[in-house]
Amino acid sequence: MSGFDVRPRVRVPRTASVDEVVLVRTLINHPMENGHRVDTDGNIVPRHIINRFTCTFNGETVIEMDIEPSLSANPFIEFEARVPQSGEFAFTWLDDDGSIYEDSASITVA
Amino acid sequence: MTYSRRRTLALGLGGLFVTVVPMRVSADAQGLIAAFTGGAEIVEGALHITAPEIAENGNAVPVTVACPDAVSIRILAPANPNPEVCTVHFGPLAGSHSATTRIRMAETMDVIALAEMPDGTFVQAAANVRVTIGGCGG
Repeated sequence: MSGFDVRPRVRVPRTASVDEVVLVRTLINHPMENGHRVDTDGNIVPRHIINRFTCTFNGETVIEMDIEPSLSANPFIEFEARVPQSGEFAFTWLDDDGSIYEDSASITVA
Repeated sequence: MTYSRRRTLALGLGGLFVTVVPMRVSADAQGLIAAFTGGAEIVEGALHITAPEIAENGNAVPVTVACPDAVSIRILAPANPNPEVCTVHFGPLAGSHSATTRIRMAETMDVIALAEMPDGTFVQAAANVRVTIGGCGG
């Protein structure tokens, strides 16, 4: 890892009804260095961003997102998902340096 | 009134700046749009982009895009050093074809959203955001 502690956070309701559309909110702390910033010594800070985000529910895709350097630091992504049955959301964030950050959240559908 | 050499030059450069700069930005935007659409037709559609009119901090400007039925939506900030912001692809379990995120904006500009529809056509929408402090470093 690259000198900072990356901690993904997700918020999903605990329960829902069948086929309900629920709000999913995700946040991950990451500097998202865009490759244009200059440090105090005048050197360009190399690009280092999260370049892809995916969310699946029981293995089926909810959204996938290709990310470029113009996204803010500590990427916040909010979207809606349809839940046909109880199960688990799986979230992944792919880092430029090859790291993969993962989180999950389960939901009970009654 | 006489025009000195210096004054004439200044006027000429000023005029050039006024005419060339807006054209350059819009030409860039057209190129970026064409790169995503592959030259396909852009039609009217129900694509909504929501962004604040004035953003005090260009480091994190909240932007929401929504377009029923869209396959994917791309967000562009044409005046940024990296104009592409992100592309959202919606899967079978997407509850609504919308997403919210926070973007960097270097200066005041029109944020552009482009939605790809299932029939291969594209829909475009834009929102003007005035940025007080740019957010791209440098």
